[in-house]
Amino acid sequence: MRLLVALTAGSLFGAGLLISGMTDTTKVQGWLDVFGNWDPTLAFVMGGAILPMLVAWRLTTGRKPLTGNEFPPPAKPEVDRRLVVGSVLFGMGWGLVGLCPGPAMASLSYGGLGGLVFLVAMVVGMFLAPTFGAQLDRAANAA
Amino acid sequence: MEIEWVWGLCGGLLIGLGGAVYLLGNGRVMGASGILGGLVDGSARDTKAEKLAFVAGLIGMPLLLRPLIAPEAQTHLTSNLGLVVIAGLLVGIGTRIANGCTSGHGVCGISRFSLRGIVATVFYILAGGVTLVLLRHIWGLI
Repeated sequence: MRLLVALTAGSLFGAGLLISGMTDTTKVQGWLDVFGNWDPTLAFVMGGAILPMLVAWRLTTGRKPLTGNEFPPPAKPEVDRRLVVGSVLFGMGWGLVGLCPGPAMASLSYGGLGGLVFLVAMVVGMFLAPTFGAQLDRAANAA
Repeated sequence: MEIEWVWGLCGGLLIGLGGAVYLLGNGRVMGASGILGGLVDGSARDTKAEKLAFVAGLIGMPLLLRPLIAPEAQTHLTSNLGLVVIAGLLVGIGTRIANGCTSGHGVCGISRFSLRGIVATVFYILAGGVTLVLLRHIWGLI
């Protein structure tokens, strides 16, 4: 049952990314590039995605997930160095080519060699991340 | 041109619906980098199977759907593979250090009014915008 839920969620996510145009890097970069031919699509995608999630988070109060277990704990309030530095690094890569993790996977079947190279590099980056994170913490403690 | 925001909104609703199914069904936050990253660094453990099922849907559905509804859809990714590698490394390292990306911090975080989600989203959008504007308009490199 958990697998079916995950497969359905992933399929909806993939269909949404394809339909919204978010696997097209020109649309993503068009949104980030405020000095170019600005493309507002990403804002509509974000807004459209947040609406069902607003309802979903409401429905979690006083209930359990359908397949058992527990809902995620309340969001942590603290903004730390890892969050900011990591988000800046992620944003730089996102701006460079216009791909983030979801669309990179969703477009694998039609993204050609470049799409595959991006996914492999991203996976290598994820593998290296714990080492970078530890270095970041050490630098913070030394400062 | 006007029709594109409608598709954006419809696609966005589907993305949010996927997140709602994952949250209400399995009690999990739908974050692309967390799901893939958990499989990569082995931290997934007992959630490995459901993460694999999620990735199968995420890759498989566009594969099945594209010929039917959007045969012209393309990524228009730059052909500069050096740039692609650098960007991929930055995205992989950054999303794991920040513990989230556009889906986890953006969609799922903002919708529960998480300060971390909002701060992360502000920083990656600013960093993305500044990087792109610098390289495209100021230095003319891309």
